[in-house]
Amino acid sequence: MARQIGEVILDLKNISLAFGGVKALTDISFDVREHEIRAIIGPNGAGKSSMLNVINGVYHPQQGEIIFRGEHRKDMDTHEAAAAGFARTFQNIALFKGMSVLDNLMTGRNLKMKSNFLQHALWWGPAKREELEHRRKVEEVIDFLEIEHIRKTPVGRLPYGLQKRVELGRALAAEPQILLLDEPMAGMNVEEKQDMCRFILDVNDQLGTTIVLIEHDMGVVMDISDRVVVLDYGKKIGDGVPDEVKNNPEVIAAYLGTQH
Amino acid sequence: MTAATSSDSTDRLDTFPRLLLAHARVRGARPAVREKDLGIWQSWTWAEAAREVRGMACGLAELGFKRGDRLGIIGDNRPRLYWAMCAAQMLGGIPVPMYQDAVAQEMTFVLQDAGIHIAIVEDQEQVDKLLEVKDQCPELLHIIYDDPRGMRHYSQPFLHGLDEVIAAGTIHDRNHADFLDAEIALGQPDDTAIMLYTSGTTGKPKGVCQTHGALISAAQGGCGFDKLGDNDEVLSYLPMAWVGDNLFSYAQALVAGFTVNCPESGDTVMTDMREIGPTFYFAPPRVFENMLTQVMIRMEDAGAIKRKMFHTFMAVAKRCGADILDGRPVSGKDRLLYALGNLLVYGPLKNVLGMSRIRVAYTAGAAIGPDLFRFYRSIGINLKQLYGQTETCAYVCLQPDRQIKFDSVGLPAPGVEIKIADNGEILVKGPMLLKEYYQRPDATAESINADGYFMTGDAGFLDEDGHLKIIDRAKDVGKLNNGAMFAPNYIENKLKFFSYIKEAVAFGHGRDEVCAFINIDMGAVGNWAERRGIPYAGYTDLALKPEVYQLIQECVEQVNADLAHDAMVADTQVHRFLVLHKELDPDDDELTRTRKVRRNFVAEKYAVLIDALYGGKASQFIETEVKFEDGRKGKVAADLVIRDVKTFPLVSRRAA
Repeated sequence: MARQIGEVILDLKNISLAFGGVKALTDISFDVREHEIRAIIGPNGAGKSSMLNVINGVYHPQQGEIIFRGEHRKDMDTHEAAAAGFARTFQNIALFKGMSVLDNLMTGRNLKMKSNFLQHALWWGPAKREELEHRRKVEEVIDFLEIEHIRKTPVGRLPYGLQKRVELGRALAAEPQILLLDEPMAGMNVEEKQDMCRFILDVNDQLGTTIVLIEHDMGVVMDISDRVVVLDYGKKIGDGVPDEVKNNPEVIAAYLGTQH
Repeated sequence: MTAATSSDSTDRLDTFPRLLLAHARVRGARPAVREKDLGIWQSWTWAEAAREVRGMACGLAELGFKRGDRLGIIGDNRPRLYWAMCAAQMLGGIPVPMYQDAVAQEMTFVLQDAGIHIAIVEDQEQVDKLLEVKDQCPELLHIIYDDPRGMRHYSQPFLHGLDEVIAAGTIHDRNHADFLDAEIALGQPDDTAIMLYTSGTTGKPKGVCQTHGALISAAQGGCGFDKLGDNDEVLSYLPMAWVGDNLFSYAQALVAGFTVNCPESGDTVMTDMREIGPTFYFAPPRVFENMLTQVMIRMEDAGAIKRKMFHTFMAVAKRCGADILDGRPVSGKDRLLYALGNLLVYGPLKNVLGMSRIRVAYTAGAAIGPDLFRFYRSIGINLKQLYGQTETCAYVCLQPDRQIKFDSVGLPAPGVEIKIADNGEILVKGPMLLKEYYQRPDATAESINADGYFMTGDAGFLDEDGHLKIIDRAKDVGKLNNGAMFAPNYIENKLKFFSYIKEAVAFGHGRDEVCAFINIDMGAVGNWAERRGIPYAGYTDLALKPEVYQLIQECVEQVNADLAHDAMVADTQVHRFLVLHKELDPDDDELTRTRKVRRNFVAEKYAVLIDALYGGKASQFIETEVKFEDGRKGKVAADLVIRDVKTFPLVSRRAA
């Protein structure tokens, strides 16, 4: 592959997160390099989504530090994370069901809109120019994800696989540096999974976006990821390229169970 | 001297490149092509189009494209692919458009047969297909792609971006403007303008060579007949490899100077059509059928008031709509009701279909069900039938305004001569006949007889007004054992008019009675099943539901009742039928790429089922291999039920 994996851009050091007495994450460290596809896997309740939530500022870990592009960040809020270039999709689709695909994608541009409320309400001057520019960007996403035919369809009327694609589109509309995908392929049939894989690879390849994803389908993870980190009961039990992880006895034990 | 010759040659508008340059001079600022890109309709004027084509032609010349070379063109209807045709023609080359949904192996034949050195393709998908078969086509030297998306990592030296080719060509054209002008001046009307491969219903596809002169005279005839001018708009969405698209979107556009609109993608055609509102439209019957099915499904789901209104006014339209369109006398009351219906139902309906501005709509490619035809005419759409083949530039018969007969394809088009052979076969002669089949003198000799008539292979007759009626393919028309004429297409079309039936194959030649295979329409029957709360898992499951069988049986019985009205076909009522466990598919070679049933292939493949139909069995187990889009194979197995159908005695019509 011609795409060059670069320096470490996101470094997570000794992250621990607890909710009261429940330890969700214990002393987890791993890094994400520029342009790579990094997967987080693990059995149910392993702390995968918590990890993603730590990265984009939904949860604030009690211990540990997050270094993004050389900057230490602590207690970053979600909107700060979004401004810094993080975008994500959710395990259970979080779109505006009554709005059209186009409008949903436009919400992905929200953070980049500079004009004030009044200007937008009047659709006047800079606000108009700005909206046209955002619309152009959104149309590029529509073209990229091949969803022209549902541009004006309310999201609630779309099949599940397409809704997932629209959600990816909204994240892409924000032109993220790091894309966080929480189970992008959950509940899809084989064909939809193949499509989604192709789009994820295309995003990574053509837009150069770094991707961190959580996924249950091992086939998919092993095929498309550059490196995989494995969590179990909030602890890291494996980290490396797919082949390494596949042969890690601890990982096999966590997935298949062992005799003690 | 040079100036004089070149101006002489451009004054003669007898080749497509000269026509293009003339439009660039005469109506340079008018839109020639529009394409919806990134959600916005982009347009190119005739002057801009001519500039692009010149650049492309010079770019091709730099890659070594010469007079007489064939240029492969593969992709959806994109402006630059149409221009590529003209660019090849400027250099005296021959564009060979191919079906864009064909799998790589199917393209190999055309690539080899036409000896293609350079191919211009739409995108990465098509490039990948060509790369897959490139080893089998050693003559293929260069591949040019229109859309660079995803092509970044392809480093093969024989791949070129169309942008770069045009850029290089434009510089070349600027420096040596006389090179291209000289090439254009060399073009002659009897040069081959295009090669279109026949769909291969019978045997290997053959490359039909059409000259500039043939296509231009067919286009002029058509434009004159329907008074098409430079204000017209057409939507180009049918495969470029189909002769109809070539005639309407290329030849007629260049003759009349109207605007060609390219949709955003195959999935958005309906939306794009509504936005553009074409004035001139063409579609094979299945597209009109699909639209009607969609309308009917949506009306079934509509509220009671709307549904009632729809059915009331559709009854009015059925009674007098076609007569009003044809200018025949209609009572004042009906006229009033029709006007009201136009306000409340037909107008909005046409608007939804994107047909509000249509002056002329054509259907061709296969026979259209009379009821389907009547439906569109009754709501005021001037839908006409056209008859022709690839070999005749799709131009043999046209229906004149106000003289539309539902069961005929109209009068011979201007300049066309028609004769009926003794066996009922239709023979035609005129300026639009093919020059030859490419490198197949044997086939050329077989299809054109000593008097210069092309043998169409269709059976038909001229009625008392000189209108041509087509019954079936001459070789498909068979006989039942009792001697009655059996025209399978006729029966199948009647069956296919029901929105629930997508495809039908009738058998009966050399048999005692007629039996049929049916394919249900997944959309229509699926919707029907949902409304009745019948659960189903997929096509096979749905097709085998007893309720669905009952539904289809009712359709078949209605067809039988209908057939019983006509002495000619009353004997060919369907006695037994079954619903197939899989949809007939071009990927499995059961349909041609233009979705015509390959009858003999189907009969052979499903011989067990035919035996079961005629053997009186009540069910039959079958397992069939299917090919998926990505080339993988799978199996579909099912126990098919066979049903007997009620037949009706001949109804003798009272003299009216």
